[in-house]
Amino acid sequence: MTDLTDLGVAAIRDGVRDGSFSAREVAEGFIANVSAATALNAFLVETPDHALAAADAADAARAAGETLKPLAGVPIGMKDLFCTNGVPTTAASRILEGFTPPYESTVSANLWKAGAGMLGKLNLDQFAMGSSNETSAFGNVISPWRRNTGDTAPLAPGGSSGGSSSAIAARLCPAATGTDTGGSIRQPAAFTGISGIKPTYGRCSRWGTIAFASSLDQAGPMARDVRDCAIMLEAMAGFDAKDATSLDLPVPAWEAGLSGDLKGKRVGIPKEYRVDAMPPEIEALWQQGIEWLKDAGAEIVEVSLPHTKYALPAYYIIAPAEASSNLARYDGVRYGLRDLPEGAGLQDMYAATRAAGFGDEVKRRIMIGTYVLSAGFYDAYFTQASKVRTLIARDFEQAWAKCDVLLTPTAPSAAFALGEKSSDPIAMYLNDVFTVPSSLAGLPAMSVPGGLDGQGLPLGLQIIGKALDEQSVLNAGLAIEQRAGFTARAERWW
Amino acid sequence: MPVDIATVRKIASLARIAITEEDAARIAPELDNIMGWIEQLGEVDCTGVQPMTAVIPNHLRLRDDVVNADPLTGGGIRDAVLANAPQAEHGFFTVPKVIE
Repeated sequence: MTDLTDLGVAAIRDGVRDGSFSAREVAEGFIANVSAATALNAFLVETPDHALAAADAADAARAAGETLKPLAGVPIGMKDLFCTNGVPTTAASRILEGFTPPYESTVSANLWKAGAGMLGKLNLDQFAMGSSNETSAFGNVISPWRRNTGDTAPLAPGGSSGGSSSAIAARLCPAATGTDTGGSIRQPAAFTGISGIKPTYGRCSRWGTIAFASSLDQAGPMARDVRDCAIMLEAMAGFDAKDATSLDLPVPAWEAGLSGDLKGKRVGIPKEYRVDAMPPEIEALWQQGIEWLKDAGAEIVEVSLPHTKYALPAYYIIAPAEASSNLARYDGVRYGLRDLPEGAGLQDMYAATRAAGFGDEVKRRIMIGTYVLSAGFYDAYFTQASKVRTLIARDFEQAWAKCDVLLTPTAPSAAFALGEKSSDPIAMYLNDVFTVPSSLAGLPAMSVPGGLDGQGLPLGLQIIGKALDEQSVLNAGLAIEQRAGFTARAERWW
Repeated sequence: MPVDIATVRKIASLARIAITEEDAARIAPELDNIMGWIEQLGEVDCTGVQPMTAVIPNHLRLRDDVVNADPLTGGGIRDAVLANAPQAEHGFFTVPKVIE
C-alpha cells in the first residue's frame, strides 16, 4: 500500500473524496512523521488534535454523502507567524513566549473553512528576519537534505519559512503556509526542492499575521508541486475588510486554469540577474529552464531591469524602517515577555524587555530602521529608497511591454551549511538578491525545483509575473515541472 | 556618515533597547558596515521620481461609522484584550509607576 505521507494535496483531497483512504489515516500518518522528526526542529508546537478533528469532520461529511470542502482531509503545517486561536504563537521570538492569541488570522481561518487541519506551528526565522532559519529563538531548523559528499554538516532549510520548507521536504506535511517579505517563501522552497508562490501583494489578508514590513509582507503556500500550490492559494486568498491593503477582487480558479502549454507566451530573461560569482551550475540550470520553456511553446526575449542592483540596499532601508515601527508594539505591557528590573521605571522596563526578548538580528534591523528614520536622515535614506522602489517597479512595468513572465534563478547558491554565513549579515542578505526586486514591486513570483547541483542539493528556478497574473506564473512553473521531472528527495536520516 | 559607538547608543535609546558598552562596541562596526553598503543608493538619480506609497494601486475604503462594525476588531472584549498581559489588574494593563 502507498505510504499516504508520500501524497500531495491534490492526491489526498481526491483520495479522501473517492474513498481510497480515510482522512483520519492520512492525518495519523503525518502526525506520526511529525513526532518522529524532532531532530529537524521544524515544529514549535504540535497540534495533532486539530488535524484529527478536521480529518474526522471530512470523514463524517463523506459518510453523510455531503459535498466535501476543497481541502477536506488535508492536514497542513502553519508557519508560526500566523495567529491561531488558543494555540501559542511566537514568531520564533522570546518576546512573544507564552502568547496565546484569542483570535484567528484570516489566512488560517480561510484554510480551516476550506476543511484543512493543522499538524502544528512551524519554526521560522525570528519575526521572519533571516534567510537560513538561524535567527529563531527556539533553535535552528535543519534541512532534511545532506550533501552527497559524505559530509553530514547540517544544512540550512532557507528562511524565513524554514520550518515550512523542511517539513514539506521531509514529508511531515503535504503543504504549509509561508510568508514572503523579500524571498521567505521562494528561497527556502529552492533550498529544499519544493515549490512555493508569493502571490500579488494584497491577495492574502495580512490580518492576524505578525507584521514584519507591512508594505512587503505577503502570505503564500509552499507544497511539493505547482498544482498543490494553486489549490492552497485558492483557499488562502480573498478579500478581507480587516486588512486595509487587501485586494477587493474575486479569487481566480487557479487550479482549473493550470496549463503547461505556453504557446503565444513570451518569457523575459533579465540580463541584470547574471550576477558575479554565480555558480556555473546555477547558470546552467537557468539555461536549461530557458530550453524547457521554449519546448513548452514560449518565445524567449532578453529584457533589462536596470535598477536590479539597487533592490537589496533599498530593501534593507524599507524593510527595517517598517519593522522598527511595527515592532514598537512589543513593550512588555500588552502581551509576551516583561522584564522589570528591581526599581525600574516605565522607560527602563521597555528597554530591558526589548533587550531580553529580541534576538540579535531583530535588534540589528530595528536599529537600522530607527537610524534611517531618525531626524536628519529620513530623506537621504527612507525617501531615497522609496524613490528607488518606484524605479524598480517601473523597470518591471517596462519589461511587461516585451514579455508575460520572467525566468530567473531563485537564489544565487544551493543550501549552505548552518553557521556558514551567520557571522556576516551582508553575505546573508545577498542570498535574497533575486527575490527582493519582485517583492519591492509587489509582483507574484514562485520557485519550482529545477534539478540538483554537483553535491546533490536542489536548485530552484523563479518565475515572476505581472500583478494579479498568478495564473501565468503557475503555468510557467508547471511547464518547468513537467520537463524537469524532479523526483529527488532527501534520504531519511532523522 | 560613519556609525560610531555614540550613534549606536543614541539609536538604541530611541529604539528602547537596553545595550551594554560591549554591545555598543560590537554593534557599531556591524551597522557601519551595513550602512556603508546601503550608501550606494545615493548613486541613483531620482530627479522627478515620486516615492512609492503603494505597490498595487488600491483605494482606501471607509467602513460604516458605527460601533462594532466588525465584532472581531470592535470593542467589548476587555478580558480577551487583557488575557495575554504580563500584568493586569482591575481591568487595566499595569505598568510601573510613571509619575513620581
